[in-house]
Amino acid sequence: MDADQERRTVAERPPATGASGAPGLLELRGVTKTYGEGDAAVHALRGVDLRIDPGEFVAILGTSGCGKSTAMNILGCLDSPSGGEYRIEGVSVGTLPTDVLAALRNRRFGFIFQGFNLLSRTAAIDNIELPLIYAGVPRGERRRRALAALAKVGLAGREGARPNQLSGGQQQRIAIARALVGDPEVILADEPTGNLDSRTGAEIMALLGGLNRDLGLTIVMVTHDREIAEHARRHVTFRDGQILSDTRREGAPR
Amino acid sequence: MRLRDTLSLAFTALLRNKMRSLLTTLGVVIGVAAVIMMQALGLGATARVTGEIASMGSNMLVLMPGGGQRQPFGGSFLSVPLFTARDVDAIRSEVDAVRLAAASNTRAVNLVYGDKSRSVSLYGVTPEWFEIREWGVGRGRLLDESDVQFGAKRCVVGRTVVRELFGDQDPLGAELRVHDLSCEIVGVMAEKGTSTFGMDQDDVAFMPYTTFVRRITGDDHVAMVMISTGADDRIDEAKEQIEALMRQRRHILPGEDDDFNVRDMRELQSLMGTVTGVLTTLLASVAAISLLVGGIGIMNIMLVSVTERTREIGIRMAVGARGGDILQQFLLEAIVLAALGGAIGAGLGLAAAYGLSLALKLPFAIPASGTALAFVFSLVVGVIFGVFPARKAARLRPIEALRFE
Repeated sequence: MDADQERRTVAERPPATGASGAPGLLELRGVTKTYGEGDAAVHALRGVDLRIDPGEFVAILGTSGCGKSTAMNILGCLDSPSGGEYRIEGVSVGTLPTDVLAALRNRRFGFIFQGFNLLSRTAAIDNIELPLIYAGVPRGERRRRALAALAKVGLAGREGARPNQLSGGQQQRIAIARALVGDPEVILADEPTGNLDSRTGAEIMALLGGLNRDLGLTIVMVTHDREIAEHARRHVTFRDGQILSDTRREGAPR
Repeated sequence: MRLRDTLSLAFTALLRNKMRSLLTTLGVVIGVAAVIMMQALGLGATARVTGEIASMGSNMLVLMPGGGQRQPFGGSFLSVPLFTARDVDAIRSEVDAVRLAAASNTRAVNLVYGDKSRSVSLYGVTPEWFEIREWGVGRGRLLDESDVQFGAKRCVVGRTVVRELFGDQDPLGAELRVHDLSCEIVGVMAEKGTSTFGMDQDDVAFMPYTTFVRRITGDDHVAMVMISTGADDRIDEAKEQIEALMRQRRHILPGEDDDFNVRDMRELQSLMGTVTGVLTTLLASVAAISLLVGGIGIMNIMLVSVTERTREIGIRMAVGARGGDILQQFLLEAIVLAALGGAIGAGLGLAAAYGLSLALKLPFAIPASGTALAFVFSLVVGVIFGVFPARKAARLRPIEALRFE
């Protein structure tokens, strides 16, 4: 498929706009992702349309290999689509230079990973400060904001601890603090409870739920766990690189 | 990202692997130390050579056979006629800017005393030689006019000869076998020490010029004429006059090149300066190669480090690090490594140069520009060899870096 065809396909597709008609916060339009080439090519996404509005708490569900993580990485500008278009507030991301993508990740997204992805030999507080360093925030303010974020996740006083001195749940809280410290609009969580026992997982989910409810943060969470997904108000289920179902659950806990 | 933050990041990363950082930077340490040491020693050697030449007497001229100015000490001595005793007399009497002129022939001979023998430089000189060279006698007396006049079988020896052949015995009045001639020792020269080029200046013997040409060489040629002007400011004048006189005496037609040359100490000084300068540059260049090797060591470790820390790079990119931030981080790490190496190397190099200067009895001078240059060069090495690994890190795609195990 050449670029022109690609554009036409995107144009012909019915716009995935919401009731308001205004552009959504995050919008995938006919997004495909292919790894490798020729016979060895793996089609991770085969045309995904997804619109996420501010303040939503979305769970992306599906079995492993269904493309949910790939979709998440594209939403977070960690990866780029092979085809289709990804828009943030109506602006197409595909044409943006990598430095702008880095700035988007820095200012608008907070990432939470299954494996925490903390710098292991670096103190908790320094891990939390990391996004602020790249935002060019001065040292003093950085420290102040990082301490506030640490308090927000209930770990005040543990600023000097290194990740390997903390439990899994505590490490994930540090990661959440790091995601929060830059005041992003969207938290992207990839299996945030995957490495935690169910009780700790529930605590983390309560924390995320609170962020969505109290701070109005948009949360997109990838999980394969139905029980965990219960915390979200919208379920998007993937299968074989496509969206199988997209349901809003008005009755979900707010 | 601010430079200060990047810098503290670099130090943190390097301190985390202290041993590795130290070993990595060792190449640069050795390179910089070697460059600076060579330069400091070269500087000291130059200072000593020029000082030594200056101490020979700044109003000294040397007349030597051989080609024109284009061949320093050059040309073939064999194809060119030497001088004669009459040339020396003519210079002394006809050139009014000249105060003293002395014939000087030299040859390596064997000295024998008792059961000991030694090969030394034997000089056949006229008495003015000692005055021109400002070299006096330690004990006994120097050779005088009558010794030359009668071709006396007398000689004066240097301190090394006395030490080696006579030990504790008194050499004065002893009969020394010079080549196949028996000579009475009438004096022992004052001690002069080792020259810059490691020659023992006291390993010498002197005999009257007349005795030398009759008994040792068998012809009456003069190989070299040492000349002293009355005053420093008459050197150029004396030089011109001597050249004119010699052209006339040697029947050189106008337009023909001189087959002799007159050198003053300033020329010798600058020539020696050039020689030591070239040597210093050469040695420093060789040392600089080790600096380059040190740079490759840094690149090697930085590449390993980038691979090891791929995940860290991914995390940093996920929270908003731009490619440029990552580049800066790793480049600065390489530069800090190189700069630390440069600083340590500069310190070690200067210390080693100081120690060696003491051992070699050379004057010690800090090669300021050389030290600065070596340090800057080490930084450049850091940049050059840091860029490749840093670019490799900066070009990683965030998702691939994050997934790296």
